[in-house]
Amino acid sequence: MDQSNPKICVDYKPNAIIASLTYRKILEASDIQALEDTIMPLIEQNNGLNLIINFATVEFLSSAVLGLLIRVSKRTIEADGTLKLCEINPRIFEVFKITGLNRVFDIYDDQDYALQSLDR
Amino acid sequence: MKSEGSARKNLVVDNTISAVEHLCRNLLDEAVEKGFGDDDIFAIHLAIEEALVNAVKHGNANAPDKKVKVGYTIGADKFNISITDEGSGFEPESLPDPRCGDNIYKCSGRGVLLMRAYMDEVEYNEAGNSVRMVKYKGKVKDKT
Repeated sequence: MDQSNPKICVDYKPNAIIASLTYRKILEASDIQALEDTIMPLIEQNNGLNLIINFATVEFLSSAVLGLLIRVSKRTIEADGTLKLCEINPRIFEVFKITGLNRVFDIYDDQDYALQSLDR
Repeated sequence: MKSEGSARKNLVVDNTISAVEHLCRNLLDEAVEKGFGDDDIFAIHLAIEEALVNAVKHGNANAPDKKVKVGYTIGADKFNISITDEGSGFEPESLPDPRCGDNIYKCSGRGVLLMRAYMDEVEYNEAGNSVRMVKYKGKVKDKT
């Protein structure tokens, strides 16, 4: 596992890269920039990347994080990859629903389901 | 049961993200002390975070010499806050709906939507540089 950024844990699977967020609260611009600085190179260095972002530990996020996810999604698509989100807690998921982003992102309850969806 | 009265507190904070986030943490600590539950705290946190960041970034245009004024009361049954920037204001009704069409793919513009979804009352002054928000303790709202 890549631990160069302690706030995000990167796990390389045979068919995907899993980026697990270790933040409880993603608020500050510096946190969001740190995420972007870790995730974007993964996309750029791995054409056709299947990226899964795991939100299991996240209890709060600001709307700026949604903006980051959109940027990540666009870049992933441009690089012929896919982006999936998983293990989003109900309160955070409600934020996605309110903003309509639950229709934009591919969201799974469980990391294993997200991985399995790649095999379909 | 009669509501417990609470004195209004007025603060002036520096126009920086770190200053408003520090304030935000203090406000949430007070709300927890007053018995607001986890769902209420999440709602208040999200809404005041969005409003304060809007004041700093958009209202005050990140200008270091500007201030954000905050007035609030946290009572036994409601959280009431007003946030005022030194900008010229805007028309909240003219904001594009971030859920519609291509707006959904934009990286910003969701703050006011979230404020209105999570708080029970959201009202801007005529100039558009001050917002008042209220969250009633334990009130469940259909947010979608």
